[in-house]
Amino acid sequence: MASLSELSLRNRLFMARYRYRALDPVPFARPRKPLQEARVALVTTGGVYLPSQDPFDCAMKGGDPSFREIPSEADVETLGIAHKSDAFDQTGFQSDRNLGFPLDRLREMAARGEIGALSPRALSFMGSITAPGRLVKETAPAATALFEADGVDVALLVPL
Amino acid sequence: MCHQTVGLIAGELERRGIATTSVTALEEITKKVRTPRALAVPYALGYPLGKPGDPELQTRILRAAFALLEAPGPPPVLADFTEAWSRNVP
Repeated sequence: MASLSELSLRNRLFMARYRYRALDPVPFARPRKPLQEARVALVTTGGVYLPSQDPFDCAMKGGDPSFREIPSEADVETLGIAHKSDAFDQTGFQSDRNLGFPLDRLREMAARGEIGALSPRALSFMGSITAPGRLVKETAPAATALFEADGVDVALLVPL
Repeated sequence: MCHQTVGLIAGELERRGIATTSVTALEEITKKVRTPRALAVPYALGYPLGKPGDPELQTRILRAAFALLEAPGPPPVLADFTEAWSRNVP
């Protein structure tokens, strides 16, 4: 388990003072069908983007709350990474995108029948959002609407 | 901050009826945000699925994360990743 003590002093001081947004009450949807029949979508906060897309705006105050749609047949090794956080070691993710964007692993699980299907698009956010107002009001609902349109039953979220 | 972002997106998805599961390397923050379902992994920040170039480990972690969908609740559901989780799955 990682702990806050791994972080730099500056990051620790920020996080000690930061007031996290808590889900209250915690919404809880039961899976609609067994995993072997479910359509699964992937969400990462690793800030990955296709070479044809605009990268995220790492200089935006409070963090860039936008997301990129990544087709599920994308070659993960060609994706750019915009996440500029200095809070963690990025070398592992740079060398293997599946560490935080496990599209290949989910494709394999779908091929073996462990999950019903992989949804047609994954979504990529940038993690370092300290002012999540627009995320909560605009981009998370927009992302949810895309997944509803795709008939997604289960979403897997991986933080980076 | 990425762990708060994951929790808030998961909250929106769950509110609209899409079940979520997730991985966390920072249990302290996941507890504060009250992410609906999260698997706590014993790896450093930046390594949510364990090791680069280790697809078998990555798959075992994903299976354990998906297994949380069967937890009865109440939310938030937070469990530690142990290798025992994945042994029952073919």
